Amino acid sequence: MNRRTFVGASITVGGAAAAASALSGCGDDAPRAEQQTTSVAMRINGEDRTVDVDVRTSLLDMLRERVGLTGTKKGCDQGACGACTVLLDGKRVNSCLTLAVMHDGAEVQTIEGVADSGGRAGRLHPLQQAFVDADAFQCGYCTSGQIMSGLGCIDEGHTGSDAEIREWMSGNICRCGAYTNIVTAVATAAKNV
Amino acid sequence: MYPFTFTKAVDESSALAAGRSGARYIAGGTTLVDLMRVTVERPGSVVDINALPYRGVDLDGSALRIGSLVRMADLAADQRVRRQFPVMSEALELSASAQLRNMASIGGNLMQRPRCLYFRDVSANCNRRTPGTGCAATGGLNRNHAILGTSDQCVATHPSDLAVALVALDAVVVTRDPSGDRRIPVADFFRLPGTTPDREHDLRPGELIVAVEVPTGPSTARSGYLKIRDRQSYEFAVTSAAVALDVTGGTVRDAKVAVGGVATVPWRLPAVERALVGRPVSPGLWRDAAARAADGAKPLSDNGFKVELVRRVVERQLATVASLP
Repeated sequence: MNRRTFVGASITVGGAAAAASALSGCGDDAPRAEQQTTSVAMRINGEDRTVDVDVRTSLLDMLRERVGLTGTKKGCDQGACGACTVLLDGKRVNSCLTLAVMHDGAEVQTIEGVADSGGRAGRLHPLQQAFVDADAFQCGYCTSGQIMSGLGCIDEGHTGSDAEIREWMSGNICRCGAYTNIVTAVATAAKNV
Repeated sequence: MYPFTFTKAVDESSALAAGRSGARYIAGGTTLVDLMRVTVERPGSVVDINALPYRGVDLDGSALRIGSLVRMADLAADQRVRRQFPVMSEALELSASAQLRNMASIGGNLMQRPRCLYFRDVSANCNRRTPGTGCAATGGLNRNHAILGTSDQCVATHPSDLAVALVALDAVVVTRDPSGDRRIPVADFFRLPGTTPDREHDLRPGELIVAVEVPTGPSTARSGYLKIRDRQSYEFAVTSAAVALDVTGGTVRDAKVAVGGVATVPWRLPAVERALVGRPVSPGLWRDAAARAADGAKPLSDNGFKVELVRRVVERQLATVASLP
């Protein structure tokens, strides 16, 4: 049991005890289920992976905690910030709001798989390079999600103007406020991809 | 998140069997996973219905039929919807974010739970989450809450933009269970909170939404959605309006008007529509009709501004849609 597993297990036990004594939700009052673990197979950044997960595991937590791909970030964990954006079967999604077990057989691309996808191996993808060139970040925490979302935005064809990019990138929050340069980076890369 | 058993339905009959034994249906998961994580939702079992064949968007002479598993992004991008039902594509594209619209299904959009902070906070009193515990919003922070369709039990707004457009367009929810199909007008699908705010919709236990049908009409192509928010994008409505108009020969022949962000359910405005139909278009017509948009409103301590805002939003959107080419 590593540190993360231990902390996760402790929180689960503590949370269940507190909830049973004091809190009540509107969910079913059915007898509590046992923990269920299952195996999921995904093609992640071009590599076939099979991972055992508790069915409660989000795609985000599976990538970070089980596969070791920590480039995808957990910001809000409730679909409000976009830091966890990945491409799932080619479409940008919030990986925090979906269960890993729902995506057996899927193809996932994370920030770790972007560089090699844009051309020659070992070189940054044009969108990554544009983020560097435009200085499109400060702290960098949202950047993985911004780049994955930017790939989706370009692929969907929503880069016709700065205003269009802003609207179609609005699912990615940057608390440093690097938006102006993020728009520049996406617009620049859209011309080069 | 509490433990649950997870299954994948391979077909409709296995989905309905799971639903009949109490499993919660999951499609996009954007609402359910979120609420399970904060323990507002605690299903003992969850069944994934994404393999079911409810993915089509079909348009015939009389109606648009939307499979319940169609994703918001795909429906919004459909050229037939953009041309013939612009109020729907606009409501969809003004909802959530590009990522969420790629995930969320049309059926799930109708099944969204309230965004009231107290509903989402399991330490707060909430009659909708836990009947009989009281409503923390009534005496709490209620700027974002409803002024129409409220009760002393619940004042939460309905969060969906699409549902506002669907109510305006007289759409029908098609449902299925082992006893057969039902066709429920969207306006009847959502229940006012009354004394049972935990009963949000008309579905029976285990009943599945298979499609939404939207009738075509002379006004559906001349339609649009206006959404006023606290920030420009990626935010729920403070107030919104779905409007469809048939203006022929300078006279309003048909008007469909509904509002969001101000009511506990997607809110049709028949009084506004009656003030429009049969009237010649004149400079004061939109304002006179929109003056009735807040009829019956009961503002709370922090949201009195919505009474005037909803009138102005309706007036502006009537004028905007009337001036469409």
